Amino acid sequence: MESLDALKDEALSLIAGAEDSATLEQLRVDYLGKKGRLTDLLKGLGKLSAEERPAAGALINQVKQELQETLNSRKATLEDDALAAQLAAEGVDVTLPGRRVDVGGLHPITRTIERIETFFASIGFESREGPEIEDDYHNFEALNIPAHHPARAMHDTFYVDDSHVLRTHTSGVQVRTMETEAPPLRIICPGRVYRCDSDLTHSPMFHQIEGLLIDESASFGDLKGLLQDFLHSFFERDDLAVRFRPSYFPFTEPSAEVDIQCVKCSGEGCRICSQTGWLEVLGCGMVNPKVLQMSEIDSEQFTGFAFGLGVERLAMLRYGIGDLRLNFENDLRFLRQFA
Amino acid sequence: MIISEQWLRSWVSPEIDTEALAHQLTMAGLEVDAITPVAGEFSGVVVAEIVSAEQHPDADKLRVCQVETGDGQVQIVCGAPNARVGLKAPLAKVGARLPGDFKIKKAKLRGVESQGMLCAQAELGISEENAGLMELAADAPVGTDLREYLHLDDRTLELGLTPNRADCLSVAGVARDVGAITGVNVVANESVTVGVTTDRAFPVVVEAIEKCPRYVGRVISGVDMTRATPLAMAERLRRAGLRCIDPVVDVTNYVMLELGQPLHAFDLDTLEGGIVVRDAKPAEQMTLLDGSEITLEEGSLVIADHNRALALAGIMGGENSGVSANTQNVFLESAFFTPELIAGRARRYGLHTDASHRYERGVDWQLQQQAIERATELLCQIVGGDAGPLVEVSSEAALPERAQIELRASRIRRILGFDFPADQVTTILSALGFEVTVVNDGLWRCVAPSWRFDMSQEDDLIEELARIYGYDNLPATRIAAPLAMVADTECQRGLGTVRRQLVARGFHEAITFSFVAPELQAMFRDSESVIGLRNPISADLSEMRTSLLPGLANALAHNVKRQAARLRLFETGGTFVADGEVYQQRQRLGLAMLGARDSENWTGEAERIDFSDIKGEVEQILAGAGIDATFAATTHPGLHPGQTAEVRTGEQRIAVLGALHPTVAKALDLPASTYLAELDLAAILSAPVPAYQDISRYPESRRDIAVVLEESVSAEQVLAQVRKVAGSVLVDLRVFDVYAGKGVEPGHKSLALGLTFRDQARTLDDSEISDVIAQVVDSLTENLGAQLRS
Repeated sequence: MESLDALKDEALSLIAGAEDSATLEQLRVDYLGKKGRLTDLLKGLGKLSAEERPAAGALINQVKQELQETLNSRKATLEDDALAAQLAAEGVDVTLPGRRVDVGGLHPITRTIERIETFFASIGFESREGPEIEDDYHNFEALNIPAHHPARAMHDTFYVDDSHVLRTHTSGVQVRTMETEAPPLRIICPGRVYRCDSDLTHSPMFHQIEGLLIDESASFGDLKGLLQDFLHSFFERDDLAVRFRPSYFPFTEPSAEVDIQCVKCSGEGCRICSQTGWLEVLGCGMVNPKVLQMSEIDSEQFTGFAFGLGVERLAMLRYGIGDLRLNFENDLRFLRQFA
Repeated sequence: MIISEQWLRSWVSPEIDTEALAHQLTMAGLEVDAITPVAGEFSGVVVAEIVSAEQHPDADKLRVCQVETGDGQVQIVCGAPNARVGLKAPLAKVGARLPGDFKIKKAKLRGVESQGMLCAQAELGISEENAGLMELAADAPVGTDLREYLHLDDRTLELGLTPNRADCLSVAGVARDVGAITGVNVVANESVTVGVTTDRAFPVVVEAIEKCPRYVGRVISGVDMTRATPLAMAERLRRAGLRCIDPVVDVTNYVMLELGQPLHAFDLDTLEGGIVVRDAKPAEQMTLLDGSEITLEEGSLVIADHNRALALAGIMGGENSGVSANTQNVFLESAFFTPELIAGRARRYGLHTDASHRYERGVDWQLQQQAIERATELLCQIVGGDAGPLVEVSSEAALPERAQIELRASRIRRILGFDFPADQVTTILSALGFEVTVVNDGLWRCVAPSWRFDMSQEDDLIEELARIYGYDNLPATRIAAPLAMVADTECQRGLGTVRRQLVARGFHEAITFSFVAPELQAMFRDSESVIGLRNPISADLSEMRTSLLPGLANALAHNVKRQAARLRLFETGGTFVADGEVYQQRQRLGLAMLGARDSENWTGEAERIDFSDIKGEVEQILAGAGIDATFAATTHPGLHPGQTAEVRTGEQRIAVLGALHPTVAKALDLPASTYLAELDLAAILSAPVPAYQDISRYPESRRDIAVVLEESVSAEQVLAQVRKVAGSVLVDLRVFDVYAGKGVEPGHKSLALGLTFRDQARTLDDSEISDVIAQVVDSLTENLGAQLRS
């Protein structure tokens, strides 16, 4: 049986030296295959006597099994090494920037309008829109501002023809709503408005949101409460001081302007608030009975209130935008900041 | 309206400081815009008199003055041109402090000692005047502290009055509100009656009594125009922002500021016959006292004599009839012109005067006699003269009426939301000049004062109560209302959804002006008729946009100028066209793109966008709206004629898209590969509610074919033909390659199509699919001249 031991040693040495799976497969064929050398030895058993045959057969099979196991083990080692090498080769620099689509962004004015719409929608105010080229009646007359009324001087109006203007406020939408829908009404009217004025703090086009509530119990107290809640929500500060000051609008009576404590200096006085500590942010009041009557709403049965705010002003205060004109230059470096 | 605090406090003086007074005024609706000291901070300045003035030995422009200080004489070197013997002027003595904390010390000027400084107004922060020494009155007491003498420890309050509060365009009016707010007594505003010392009168005829319901006139004869306006009056005028003119004009201005009644003084000797208040004659001309010549418009009212128009009633006097240094006899006018007459008229003449400002807002129509008596009193004190009898023409019928208004406690509660203290109703309204009668518990009858033109209804009174009570003291409550669910229509997708999808795809939202430059608009405009503005802010912003594209192109250009190389912008908003007499507003969505497809990255070459990129964006938007749209080539003035498409649903064009026209791109300094699209918002804001369809349980099979076609055959034609022939088993169809060049005949292109087949009810076998493919190829060959590419 010396030849069996020699064969085994030779095979084990070759398997240990094999460096790839093809060499291993060839070794398997050479030793364990149908015409392999171990198989030849098994075939040679027939020459032995019946007494010798079982022991010799067992020895050969034992070697055969040992070779097979060694082959399998070597194969597994080679596969593990190959995978390790592959993984090592496939490493990337995870700090390189990713491949991505740059997202855009909403304009801060839109972002602000949407926020405000959401606040008011939560208590049942629906949004309404209307024409930006408005007739004299809906922009002025129906709001108790007859021709030549000094209040018209408060509106630097763009004229399209004798009886049409670029709306100076979105109040016309309120009038149109009152004409076509029956109270109770809870609406807000966002949109572009126009005044013939252009300097550091005035833009010939800007955005307003006006609100209107008409029902059987609306009071000035409700208006105060609503606008306080709104301003606290908008600036996300429940301690923000809000004050109501008497003012004049032909379409409301009583009328008020609403100031908030300066959000920049917290009321200490700074450039933003002209050292007053206060910022004017809203106009409002109880709907003048004359306005209700003009829209054929019974001013004894119904009362209402209205308010109007400049979107640019609120957006600029909220986001710290210092120059009104930035809103309309559409500079990417500006727009990107609201993405 | 600017008034001196001292003047106001001479009428009503609550024991609060200036800031507190200003705050209370603001919180009562008379907004204080500014509080300004009437002089700078200084001390140690006295009234002094120049006793002698001699030339400085070594300086041409300097004089050496001996100055009496009331405490001995001092020597002052002075460069002012008006430094003359006898002049009284402010002297900052050694040790004085001037504004800016400037300390006065002994000094030598060109070798001559100077013991202080004679001052100009600017040096004391009194005005900008810096041409010479401040000249004080001849009777100014030498040695008196200047602050004391001129009452300079005063501040002015600038009130931003709302148009309804004409009654506060006077010291008396503001004082009345201060009294009501603070509860402090106001000096009684009582009429004086001046003794008539001559019966000289000048006749007055009012032809247009409905426009001038009251006209009061008086002659004052023998006035001495050499007299000066008293210092105290001049100071009050100056602090109110008015210049001193002459004693007569100063008095009329003073009474206007004090009581609110505009007055006019004529030189009686320039008038002929009598005063006639009449309508302007057609095309009548007159010269105003500012020298401008105007043609009177119809409906204007003039004050005339028997010969000519003398003044534009309630707005401005005329030339050559006002008082002058030579005037000896004065005719004073105190009239009530209706707000309707004046409103808007001054502005149409391009004028805005103190008188027109008051008349168009409403002057107390019971004030005319009181005002003219007050002016007479002051004039007689200052310039002397004899007062003639008052001549009054008025019509009770034409005068306004004092509004009578019933006020219910229930209405107050309704509007303000709480039970207003009943005892304060009478207190507040009475303090404001209302006559208040308690009818019964919870009902008052109020008569508004003649100076309030903004009182016509119950709620007007409620506002008065609220503002004096203090808005801050009113309760704040929360709305209570039945909760009704707000209807939500699922098939309406909000604009917000569309915007957010665009944002996710890399677009930034732009907001551009709704008006554009005509030249820019012309580059993009179809034949639609433009709406122009009558009074644009500038030529660049004079036409309403008919499309969003010009504004977006402009926004791109703005950024390209600032080195932006890759841009994606969108805007939503109105576009405007005139359709005959009707102004139409169409809401649109505009897109603009330029530069590389992807932002620059290390992973690959940056490819520039092309037509298919903008088309892909439009397709995405349309798909979101469930629109199965077809694209067709078209033209547009602003877009490249070979790269422009439109989208129609039925007859309606709902979108146009394409490459910016190279000529326009050049004009705007934009790169050639700039792409734009514009869509109708209404068309894309609805989307079908999803309706589920069964999913097939059977496998799909894909076949690819490539066909060669003439260049002119559109992809859309090919795809339509394939869909038609393949029928319902074709579940997906894609173009995966377009090729022209080597291997394809010139003038032709190869189109590679991927067809995916599947049946709802069974597995399709190979031969069935091959049959369909064969039919597809045959029909393409037959109808579009296609060859199957081998």
